[in-house]
Amino acid sequence: MADETYPDDLHYHPEHDWVRVEGDEAVFGITWYAQDALGEVVYYDPPDVGAAIVKDASYGELESVKAVSDIIAPASGEVVAVNDGVRATPESVNSDPYGVGWLIRVRLTDPSELDSLMDVATYRSYLSGL
Amino acid sequence: MSSTLLRTPLHDRHVALGAKLGGFAGWDMPLEYTTVREEHISVRTRCGVFDVSHMGQITVAGDGARASLRELLTNDIDALEPGEGHYTLVCREDGGTIDDLIVYALLDHYLIVCNASNVGPVHDWVAGRAPDGVTVTDASERYAMLALQGPSWEDVIRPLVAGDEIFELPYFGIAQMAVAGVPSLVARTGYTGEPGVEIMCPSHRAPDVWDALMSGPDAPAPAGLAARDTLRMEMGYPLYGQELSLERTPIEAGLRWACHLDGGFVGADVMRRQVQAGLPERLCIFTLDEPGIPRTGCPVMVADQVVGRVTSGTLSPTLGIGIGMAYVRADLAAPATALHIDIRGKLKAATTRKRPLVDTSPRKASRDG
Repeated sequence: MADETYPDDLHYHPEHDWVRVEGDEAVFGITWYAQDALGEVVYYDPPDVGAAIVKDASYGELESVKAVSDIIAPASGEVVAVNDGVRATPESVNSDPYGVGWLIRVRLTDPSELDSLMDVATYRSYLSGL
Repeated sequence: MSSTLLRTPLHDRHVALGAKLGGFAGWDMPLEYTTVREEHISVRTRCGVFDVSHMGQITVAGDGARASLRELLTNDIDALEPGEGHYTLVCREDGGTIDDLIVYALLDHYLIVCNASNVGPVHDWVAGRAPDGVTVTDASERYAMLALQGPSWEDVIRPLVAGDEIFELPYFGIAQMAVAGVPSLVARTGYTGEPGVEIMCPSHRAPDVWDALMSGPDAPAPAGLAARDTLRMEMGYPLYGQELSLERTPIEAGLRWACHLDGGFVGADVMRRQVQAGLPERLCIFTLDEPGIPRTGCPVMVADQVVGRVTSGTLSPTLGIGIGMAYVRADLAAPATALHIDIRGKLKAATTRKRPLVDTSPRKASRDG
């Protein structure tokens, strides 16, 4: 498993999802905290490419041997790509949650939604209160 | 939260190993040390050690002990000679299962090893029906219990015991012996499908046994309750609270082999009637034919009809596919039946199988790891 890290350049959702903005698209994944709480990920059930996803609603599932976890969308948009690498080797979510363990790529419908997310400092203090 | 949970005498060892701890039947137990998959594979290929000190030990002594257990336990207590044990159940008059357990015949008393969550109910049930002269004692606090499981268990324990007695124990046999100098009861049992032993020792000496096991060159992998659960699921072993409950008889759970139906134990009448009349539902074990992980409570479907419910499910670390157990309409429980499992709204094809799903029958231990 990776060491606990929270990159500076991401936006964070209280359900422990991250967003990396790349132009008018964004990449979503789950944070180190989320993968640690879930344990070794053994199954990824992603949305279909083209699906519309809605901020704060579940867009897919990650499962460990013991538990299922809904993946919450940190922002709304249309799925433009799904990380098939995670379908093949789900444990990459544990080993590299911000890199090869990314989950979906989305065309954002309302980039202003990102304003409601946390920056890294706010997310870290949010975690320390959990 | 955890301050209200009981701790085993090995709690410090688990914390030092960085285990993920969690509440189980009122105990703060190690759920995993590394990952479930790693611990599971260690037990299947090498050897693992589990702290199962939360489990209950109840002694039944006195002149009428055998007669009392003949009436209260489903299996044939008269089949046991001193030094032998077997799997059995304790049921109510209506056949509902109070617990599943192992009973051992020792020289001058019987020893019951039961689930942690059922120590109270089993003790009260047996004590409440014991005639004068039979003494039923909850000895759970006196004992810690370690389960050493896996094909190389003999290599692990050899330096800690004198002689070969431990290796000559028959399956479900029990004997008193020193392990790492600690007087223990050692039984050839376990819940993983692998060969191995369960070691019951005085609670305060458990750290000595643990440390001795962990210090050798063949130290076993510490394994948590999460791996114990996936290991037992691959074998199709039922777990109380999942497959077994007051709502189910052992017959429905496929445990007729552990019920001496010619005898007169409590619940036998109901079970004989079930065998004669046929069952509405039976426990089955299944594998998924496509990716997905069945979970407790998922509906089992045939042609848009709900025909049962999943009682346990996981991703099998050995097979790499979703597996589970379910109560289904009795005619669908036979192996090789096609079913669908409704996993949160998505139907996944599944096939019922024969138990066990993983063959752990005696094999040459691999020495090269």
